[in-house]
Order: sequence, then structure tokens, then C-alpha cells
Amino acid sequence: MEQFAESRYVRPGGPNEQGRGRSVSLPANICPTDGAMGYRAHMSRLGDAGTAIIVHELRKRYGNHQAVDGVSFTVAEGEFFGILGPNGAGKTTTLEIIEGLREPDSGSVWLLGHRPWPRKKHLLRRIGVQLQASSFFERLTVKEQLETVASLYGVGRGTAADMLELVGLTEKADTRENKLSGGQRQRLSIACALAHDPDIVFLDEPTAALDPQARRNLWDVLRAIRERGKTIVYTTHHLDEAEELCDRVAIMDHGQILAMAPPADLVRGLAAPTRVLVPAGAVPLERVRSVPGVDEVAEEAGTLTVSTRTPAPVLATLAQQGALDGLQVRSATLEDVFLHLTGRRYRA
Amino acid sequence: MSAPRRDRRRDGPPEYVWVPSPLVHAASDQPTVRMRHPAASSTSNGVVPDGVRSLEPPEAPPPSTTDLSSRIQQRTPPPEAEEQPDNGAWINSFRSLSAAMAKGFARDKVGVFFTFLFPLMFLVVFGLLFRDDSATKTRIAVVGDGPVVAALQRAGAVDLERMGSATEAVAKVQRGDVPAALVVNGNAVQLRFAASNQTEATTVQGLVGGVVDKVNLASSGRPPAVKLDSRQVEDSSLKAIQFITPGTLSLAVSSSAILGATLTLVSWRRKQVLRRLRLAPVSVATVLTSRLLLSIGIAVVQAALFIGVASAPVFGLRLSGQWYLALPMLVVGTLAFFSIGMLIGSFAKTEESAGALANLLVLTMGFLSGTFFPIEKAPEWLQTVSKLLPLRYLVDGLLGVMVRGQGVEALTVPVVALLLFAIVVALIASQLFVWDDA
Repeated sequence: MEQFAESRYVRPGGPNEQGRGRSVSLPANICPTDGAMGYRAHMSRLGDAGTAIIVHELRKRYGNHQAVDGVSFTVAEGEFFGILGPNGAGKTTTLEIIEGLREPDSGSVWLLGHRPWPRKKHLLRRIGVQLQASSFFERLTVKEQLETVASLYGVGRGTAADMLELVGLTEKADTRENKLSGGQRQRLSIACALAHDPDIVFLDEPTAALDPQARRNLWDVLRAIRERGKTIVYTTHHLDEAEELCDRVAIMDHGQILAMAPPADLVRGLAAPTRVLVPAGAVPLERVRSVPGVDEVAEEAGTLTVSTRTPAPVLATLAQQGALDGLQVRSATLEDVFLHLTGRRYRA
Repeated sequence: MSAPRRDRRRDGPPEYVWVPSPLVHAASDQPTVRMRHPAASSTSNGVVPDGVRSLEPPEAPPPSTTDLSSRIQQRTPPPEAEEQPDNGAWINSFRSLSAAMAKGFARDKVGVFFTFLFPLMFLVVFGLLFRDDSATKTRIAVVGDGPVVAALQRAGAVDLERMGSATEAVAKVQRGDVPAALVVNGNAVQLRFAASNQTEATTVQGLVGGVVDKVNLASSGRPPAVKLDSRQVEDSSLKAIQFITPGTLSLAVSSSAILGATLTLVSWRRKQVLRRLRLAPVSVATVLTSRLLLSIGIAVVQAALFIGVASAPVFGLRLSGQWYLALPMLVVGTLAFFSIGMLIGSFAKTEESAGALANLLVLTMGFLSGTFFPIEKAPEWLQTVSKLLPLRYLVDGLLGVMVRGQGVEALTVPVVALLLFAIVVALIASQLFVWDDA
């Protein structure tokens, strides 16, 4: 009990409650790998934010397969939180438990201060879930789809039009759902998730199966949603995308969270070497190898790759040698983090 | 080093100095910003002690959530108030869901064809096949004319085939084309029959004999000593179309109600539309009743179409007095078959298997319940079996009020039977129902 001594938990309706109306505590730092400093920095950027989601020691087993194996994290209000990992890592199951669609075998979830299981209508009004890009009412137009969904929540038509604009489908308002392209369907399904102006938005692989152009268009949509102050929890298996969009990511594999921090922190924490690439032959191999701070030099397929943790002297040497044409500098990415954590290449 | 746990209300705006930290796994020198709450139950180095791990987290929300829930309550009414059924919202959802489903249905041309025109083909085909009631009437050859022939025609019991000469007519009897030939020559009436067709010949003899007697009696001017009043119990014109119409209509209504419920459930589950509804604050009842409303609407349109087509002169349907009582019968029938559809839709995984199962059920019931023929003419065992099937009660009810001229009393048994059936099946369906495949 000692460890609960500083707990500020107060029963609802208790004597201290009114006084704490505006007080906000930082969410507990549950995950051992959650870089707390990064989190604080993140929190300070968000300003006065509460906790939107608390997930504690979630477990779910299907037959012999442990889909989710002790997942814990918290998400602050207004945060863009990414859960990434390869297919089958347990991302979707985790998300479905948080949304209240599945009951965990053990562990608990608080969503805006309530347990999502069993189904609670008042909670459903405050969360928006993006579903498969097929989960539309048959043969309705884009606008009718959104208005029908909005009416399920008792929301007027204005919001529907607003959401159409947000996802850039205003011109397609009178197009039937089955005439839309893949990217447009994804955007419509996101608009449907937003139709009732929820506080938390769950997006399960919104960019899966999209071409690069459509993916980037969708990124703009996601950023726009975030600017509206929504809390976003999103899964993806595109690590580059998570790096681009998320305030904080949790890397999942085999039902467990391997690391959780802002993407930049994860990459920086890896302390992986920067790789400088120049066309082979632009500079003598030996000359580069002698530069202080160079870890490794490799020549392969017409490219000379120099790995270093101190790129400055390397770049200076290359400049001296006049070998800057066609130069590329690559720093570590989340893919390297994944490789480091799991010991294997990331398989998207 | 002191823990910068903050109470912002007291401490004012936070001033965080952010120092990038290396990626550490379960580092023991974790920074000290560390809230504890009962659910976390972790020690300061992030390692959960063994004894604590097995403990269920407390049911009450953790502290950070407590602060939050007080915030939530500032923004929205307390949950208890929100859980109250909101009638206005219910109507709204119901209306827009019904509209969405109706639009989706009307825009599906193949679906509309199979719902309305395909069953109508049964009516048209069977109606035309059995259009000539003479199939059950005896046909005799007639030569000449007179009061006897006129009386025979009025009686309508036999069909008369006019022939040019007596020789020709007799030859026809000899060939076995007609059982008898009537040759009228002034007051002489000759009847020639083929003894090989005993039954029909006897009928014709009796019939012609009776007509001749009647004509004789009439010409004598004396009142008849015995007066016979014979009448058919059914509507005097109970031609085939009279039972084919309610029968095929019942088949159409049951088929579209079962398929409508089944395919909606299965395809919505597969496409995750059910999940969308589950994630919205609507009740299952709202969703199901809005689809039921569409099915009832479809049944009413089907009835109008069937009655319209069958009333065309080619078929000659004649509705009896209280035919509008068919409406409540259709509603109750739709309810019963919709519940069967819900049952199939609760466990079928794909639209194909659901559709096949539904069609099998509808056709089997159709053949066993007297939709194509009057059930009274079926063997005893079939009549017994048919009493176990809901379609039989719909057919009975519709027959009673549409063509037999019966009133509300004819609906009692069918309505009670179908309602009971609907309740039982819907209860089973609700037990088997799942939102999601996985």
C-alpha cells in the first residue's frame, strides 16, 4: 500500500473533488521503456492537457496465440499517438479492446475516465473509430453516408458538410460510395469517424493499401484533424509515416510494446551512426578511412558508404576532395530502431 | 533531484527543460517524473514486483483519471443522465436509418427485380396455366340450338363445343375427344355418349336429363313441386387465380422478408457496418426495426402489385369484401419471416451461404404450405406438416380475407400463430447474434 501513498486518487464525489477541478497530473509512466523526459517535453508542448486513455497490462489470447501480451500506456488529450509494428503484432486487437469492441482477458482500460467494456452509449458519443473502407451503407452517396452516420449520433447536417471539406471530398459529395477510389474511400471512412465531432479518434491503418500520392494526401488530413485538438490513436505499419506524424509512438511486436517515446527520441536514443553516401571512386577509400570518427567504410554497387557518429569531419574531408556531387546523408530511422529492438529487419 | 510532480493549479505553468535522453530499456536511473496510481502498481525502476503483478487493478479509475472525470463532468452531463433513453434521438436515428436502407434498396436494380418482378412471374405463369377452369369441366359437342342448349349454357357446368353436323359430333365422341354429343333438332334432343368414359358420361346424362326436365316443367307452366337451391360454398367464381394470388403473394412476402433480414445482417457484419452501428449510441432494436419497416413496406408494395396484375382481365381476380384485412396479415407475416431471416443471419458467414439457405427454406415451405394449390386438396400428412410452417398461416389468413369473404375472425389463428412463431425465433436469434466475425 505504501506505493499508493502519494496517490491522489479521490473517489468521485469525495470532499476534495471540487478543489481539483482544474488540476492535471502527468499520466503515470507505466511502460519501462517510455522515455519520461521525452514525454514531459511532449506534455509541455501540449500545455495543460489531461489524460485521454489509460491502458494497463492488457492481455488477450486467441486459442494458442497470445495476441496482446501485457500492454500498458497512456495517451494525453490532444496527443497524436502511434502504435506501430508489423502485421500480426497485436496493434488492431489492442485498439479494439480500447474502443470497447472486445473484452480483454486481463488488464484494464480507461477511456476519458470510463471503462469502455461493456458498451456505454455516453462514451461512444465521444470516440470516433475509423472502420474498414467498406463499412458503408449500400449505394448511398458520400453525403448521404455521412449524414446517416451523423444522425446515429444525433448530429445535424452541418457537421457532415464540415467533415467532407476536412477530408477533401466536397466535390464527391453526390458520388456513390462504390464509385470512389481507394484513397477517397479511406478519407470517407475517416470522415465518418469524425462525423459526430468526437474527442478521441481511432484510426486503424488508415494509409494501408494506398499509393504514395494518396498516402501523402491523407497525411495532410491527419494533420488537420490533429490541429482541431483531437486525441488521435493510430496504428500503422509504415514506420516512416509514424515518424512524420506522431507525437509519440509505441513499437509493438508479438503483442508487446518494445519501446515507447517520441519518434525523434527513439532514433536519437539509438545513437546509430549517420551514413554518408558518395559515388564510388569520387574519393580514395583509404583517405576516407583515415578520417577520425569513421566507424566503417563500405563500397558496394557503385556507392561508397561511410558510417560515422561525427559526420562533420567526414563532410569536411569530402568537401576538400571535391567529392560532394551526388552526396547523400542518411541518419537513422525508426526502421533502424526496430532492427535494433528485434534483431531483425522490419517487415512491413 | 526532487520529483517535479506538478500540481499545475498550485505551481503555475510548467517550465520543462528537455534534455534528450538515450533510449534506455528499463533503466534504473529513470527520470523522476513518475506518477503512481493504483493501476500502475510499479516500483520506481519500472519493474513490477511479482506479488503485485497478479493483483487485479482496482475497479475505480486511477488518480489521473479522477481529475479527468471531474473535468469531463464540467463539459458534459453526468453519464446517468445520458443513459436515459432519448426519444427524440431514437426517432431521428430510426428515421435516417430507414431512409438510408430504403434508398439503398431502391437503387439496387437487380434486388428490386428479384423482390418484385421475379415472384410476380410465379403468379403470371400459374395464373395462365390454370386460367381455363374447363380443365375441371366436361366438354361436350353440340349441334343445333334451342332452350335446352341455352339452359345448359346458363348452368355453366359443361363447356359446349359447337359442331356443324350430327355425324361430325358423333365421330368426335367415337374418337374419345368428348364424352358425349348433344344433337338438338327442334323438340327432339338426342344425346350420344361413349360408355368407355363411364364417369363423365353419367355426369353428362344426369345433367342433360335434369335440364330437359326443367325445360319441360317450365313449358307446362306449373310450379315445381320440389325446389332445389344448390350453391358452392366458396365465392361463386373460385377460379384458380383466386387461390394462386394469395399463395404466390405469401411466397413473395416470405422470401423477401427472410432474404432482406438475412442478407442485411450478413453483409453488414462482413463489411463492418454492424461494427459502425455498435460504436454508435443506437440500440440494436432501432437498427432492426428500421430494417423491418422496409420489409413491411416491400410486402405492401408486393401485395399491391400482385392484386393489380391478378385483377387484369386475363386472370380475373375478384377480391372479396374485407380484403383490406390482408394488410395486418402482411405485417404480422413479415414480422415472422423477418425473424427467420435474423436467425439465419445470426450464424451464416457469407452472403452466398445465407442466400442459399434462405432460398431453400422458402421454396420448401412454399411447396409444403399450399402456395401453388389449395392445401385442402393435398394429402392428409401434408396438411399436418403444413400446420407446423409459418407460411401456411400467412396463406390461410390471406385466402380467408382476400377471396373467401371472411372477416376478422379468419385472422385470429394465423395472427396468433405467426406472432408466437416470431417471438420464439427472434429470441433464439438474439441468443445466437454476434456483432463481429472474429
